[in-house]
Amino acid sequence: MEGFPVLSAIILSPLIAVLILLFVREERVDLIRGIAVVSTSITLILSLYLLFAYDTTKGGFQFEERIEWVRSLGITYHLGVDGISIAMVVLTAFVIFTGVFVSWVGITHRIKEHYIFLLLLVAGVFGVFTSLDLLFFYLFYELAVIPMYPLIGIWGSANRQYATMKLTLYLSFGAVFALLGILSIYFTAGQITGKYTFDLLEINKVIFPSRLYQIVVFLPLLFGFGVLTPVAPFHSWSPIGHAAAPSAVSMLHAGVLMKLGAYGIIRIAMWLLPEGAQFWMPVVAILCLINIFYGGLVAMTRKDMKFMIGYSSSSHMGYVLLGMASLNYVSMNGAVLLMFAHGIMTALAFALIGFVYDQAHTRMTYDFSGLAHRMPFIAVAFAVMGFASAGLPGLANFVSELLIFVGSFKVYPLQAVVAVFGIIVTATYMLRAIRNVFFCELMEEWKHLKDATTFVERLPYVVLIAVLLIVGFYPSILVDVINTGVVPLIDKINGVTQVAGG
Amino acid sequence: MSIWLLLLIPLIATTTITLITRRHKDLSSYISIGAVVLCFIISIKPILYFLRNPHAEPLEQSFTWLNIPGLYVEIGTLLDPLSVLMLFIVTFVGSLIHIYSRGYMHGDPGYSRFFACLSLFIFAMLGIVLANNFIQMFIFWELVGLASYLLIGYYFEKPSAADAAKKAFLVNRVGDFGFILGIFVIFYATGTFNFLAIEKQIEAGNVGDWTLLLAALLIFCGVVGKSAQFPLHVWLPDAMEGPTPVSALIHAATMVAAGVYLLARTAFLYHAAPPEAAMVVAYIGGFTALLAATIALAQSDIKRVIAYSTLASLGYMVMAMGVGGVSAGMLYLTTHAFFKALLFLAAGSVIHALHTNDIWKMGGLYRKMKITGSTFGIGALAMIGVFPFSGFFAKDEILVATLASGNYVLFIGGIITAFLIAIFMSKLVFVTFFGEERYEGHPHESPPVMTVPLIILAFFAAVSGFVALPGLEPNFSTYIDGHVEGGEGGHFVAILSTLVVLAGILVAWLIYQRGFVRAEVIANHCHPLYRVLENRFYIDDFYDRVIVERIYNGIGRAFNFTEIHIIIGFFVNGSAFITREIGKALRLLTTGRLQEYALLMVGGVVILLFFFIFG
Repeated sequence: MEGFPVLSAIILSPLIAVLILLFVREERVDLIRGIAVVSTSITLILSLYLLFAYDTTKGGFQFEERIEWVRSLGITYHLGVDGISIAMVVLTAFVIFTGVFVSWVGITHRIKEHYIFLLLLVAGVFGVFTSLDLLFFYLFYELAVIPMYPLIGIWGSANRQYATMKLTLYLSFGAVFALLGILSIYFTAGQITGKYTFDLLEINKVIFPSRLYQIVVFLPLLFGFGVLTPVAPFHSWSPIGHAAAPSAVSMLHAGVLMKLGAYGIIRIAMWLLPEGAQFWMPVVAILCLINIFYGGLVAMTRKDMKFMIGYSSSSHMGYVLLGMASLNYVSMNGAVLLMFAHGIMTALAFALIGFVYDQAHTRMTYDFSGLAHRMPFIAVAFAVMGFASAGLPGLANFVSELLIFVGSFKVYPLQAVVAVFGIIVTATYMLRAIRNVFFCELMEEWKHLKDATTFVERLPYVVLIAVLLIVGFYPSILVDVINTGVVPLIDKINGVTQVAGG
Repeated sequence: MSIWLLLLIPLIATTTITLITRRHKDLSSYISIGAVVLCFIISIKPILYFLRNPHAEPLEQSFTWLNIPGLYVEIGTLLDPLSVLMLFIVTFVGSLIHIYSRGYMHGDPGYSRFFACLSLFIFAMLGIVLANNFIQMFIFWELVGLASYLLIGYYFEKPSAADAAKKAFLVNRVGDFGFILGIFVIFYATGTFNFLAIEKQIEAGNVGDWTLLLAALLIFCGVVGKSAQFPLHVWLPDAMEGPTPVSALIHAATMVAAGVYLLARTAFLYHAAPPEAAMVVAYIGGFTALLAATIALAQSDIKRVIAYSTLASLGYMVMAMGVGGVSAGMLYLTTHAFFKALLFLAAGSVIHALHTNDIWKMGGLYRKMKITGSTFGIGALAMIGVFPFSGFFAKDEILVATLASGNYVLFIGGIITAFLIAIFMSKLVFVTFFGEERYEGHPHESPPVMTVPLIILAFFAAVSGFVALPGLEPNFSTYIDGHVEGGEGGHFVAILSTLVVLAGILVAWLIYQRGFVRAEVIANHCHPLYRVLENRFYIDDFYDRVIVERIYNGIGRAFNFTEIHIIIGFFVNGSAFITREIGKALRLLTTGRLQEYALLMVGGVVILLFFFIFG
């Protein structure tokens, strides 16, 4: 596939599907679903191709594409992926592929519009993960965030107006700060080199002389992307956003969108402003404790399963932040791998909860009992998800958490201990939920519930579980690739310390 | 290569059953049984190799699992006398229990699921046994936890079983919290997870005392969880909610032994660490043994009594490791695997016949169930430690090692424990199999698929102690310790412990067989004490009501309150409220009357002019 623009194809595949969908009649439901399946299958295949074709011995950015856009302003359509972005692209491809099938089962009205917004959103996400141009990065970022508004507002459940307004405001608010940071970098770098460009690789070569500058500009970027991650205490948009969104949107939201924030911090803030990272990441290492400990315990008290997973997500993103903050190879690999593993696991969680909710119209753990009798398949899948979340070996999350713990233990022992304790908390609420919902006697009122039996119903769960298991048993498949992206990043950040220290 | 098959075969068995054959019950059970028997056959070769060469070097193989700068993790196998001994126990006792289960679980709707979980357990347990490094040990350690969760919660429709499964997993997690931190401490001190490499580093004196102490104590937390030592012992008695073969396999013979095995595997660490580490281990073990033996006196569920006897046994083993008697502890582990599996399976045979666990609804069963009764008797005698049954040798070695280490308090505790064990185990035999018949229905002997494993186990429970016969060369400890231990004070201990257990049996005989003192009278007479024992010293209640409900959930509720009322209610919605109010206020300016806008504009122009002219 030499010369074939793989990355553009990944971004365009959902966009073309959107264009086609515009001309399809609302009633032709199967055709609409078919188009969505085909386009997301293409992205999935191409993403996996990226993963396996990426040359780990060479490292760096590969599959680059570059088209001059606005020469005078230094805007180029420049795509390229390194180990970190490949992991994110593969994650996104899996989540949207399975999400399309989940929507197939779960969405019954205004199907066409639903898929249009879903595919728009995901095109934006792919764009963010593959852009090497700051302006395109930002545009794709907004493209990924905006469709959430209609998706939750129209197809959401209880309290959706409040949720979608809150979510959109938070994320737009954050995005403005991120944009400020991006523009500042653009102008400052232009001033230093005399050549104004948004090209990340070009800016990366610029050495910002002033430490103070790096520290000051790092903050809006950290805050802007941090809101999306979410860094506590700016997390409260997230659980309610998950809760109100329809299944596939929750999957993308928790599985992928939150990773955009962390990815933004890594790719732009930490990479371009290494001294800023040195200064601010210790603060992140403190804030992540709130995520991990506070978020985890709040999740434990929640009876609404979507809220539980919502707070659990912000708790687990705390691990990602800890991995990033520790600034070493092992922990950073762990952070990126956890972004992947958590994305898959949490997509699985929301898909499962949605499946139960669509039939039972409640998500409260105390409303249920003994569902395993009626839904053995769903029960097993839920248990796998719960154990993955609780860091059971054999599933992807364990490997990533292990890397984060090992990496952070020496730098931030207190945080590492709290983080390790956090997995007990996770195990507590997951096992409580499994016990209350799926175990014990079946209640009379749930005798009508149906298990996932058809191919379409089962496919997303099987795919997601398979991914968790494959990465869990054979983590090198991803870690070897991620590592090629992590090493130069960490070297750049820590190289700065040596200069400053020596 | 064949060593890897030990991991592959059970893994393939469990996946095959789960994915393909689960609708075919018989086929599933044959796959599972075939897998474990095959593992046993494969293990014979390394067992014979080390049996012939007691001083052979360990055999190690490994492949890279994860390799990034700063972290190298391998998956490997380490064969030495210690691990092949465990291979033998796990695969041999495991095979017998698998076969027995075919009869015991007959007609159960979840038959295939049961065997899939058993194979998963064998996979995980063999992974622990073969592990050549800490991370692999931890990985399989957790998988054993998973298998045990699935098997304890096998009857998941019962709330008690669902709770017990959850409790077992979470309590183990608390222990593992310390374990993994201990692994990190070791890793940062030595730069490796590999056992042999760590041992070399420690022997070379590259690790400081405090680090060793910290690591030893943290790793011991894992043992406290998995081997159910005080204060994390609470999950084990509840784990009896699982089917009886599970209790035999996991919660008596093998899984709980993993903690003891870990202590043996990392003995070099406790040896090198300051003596306080080993003391903590020994005292926790001794205390657990005494505590469990006391509680067992007041229990009347046949499986629960055996479960507490397991706790007492585990306490003994851990105590042995603490006082440096590695081979004594491993000998106890070996014989215990036989006699405890036997006791549970025989108890299962009784439960299978009567459908009750309450010993006061049994009695006189020996007449109906000769094989079950006599094998149970052998198991009890071994557990009590009467010469020449296997438990005698094992317990004796532990007591000798304790005495030799100079821990007289522990030694006396061990003797008292032996006395108590003799009482409640004899009570179990007398009340269940002899005396008046208090049962309902018509019990009959179990089918051969169940009784044959009983007979085989009974044979080993009776004679396996002779491998440690003093004067034998090579002897059990030759393999484990590399030399034969000196038997200082051996005769004194042997005679003392024999007298003590005979006294215990006599007491039980007088109370429960002859009715010399009625059991109810004792219970009434010592009512408060009896209540305390019956309620297990209220330790479980303390955990449930104070630690979990008040503290753990309490903090959660406080945080949730903060989240809802302060973060969201005050800050988030508050800022939204202020924005909205400001918007409302500003809206008043937007009246829509052109004249007012023009007026404002003119006003602005006037002010600007003012500044330009005078400013």
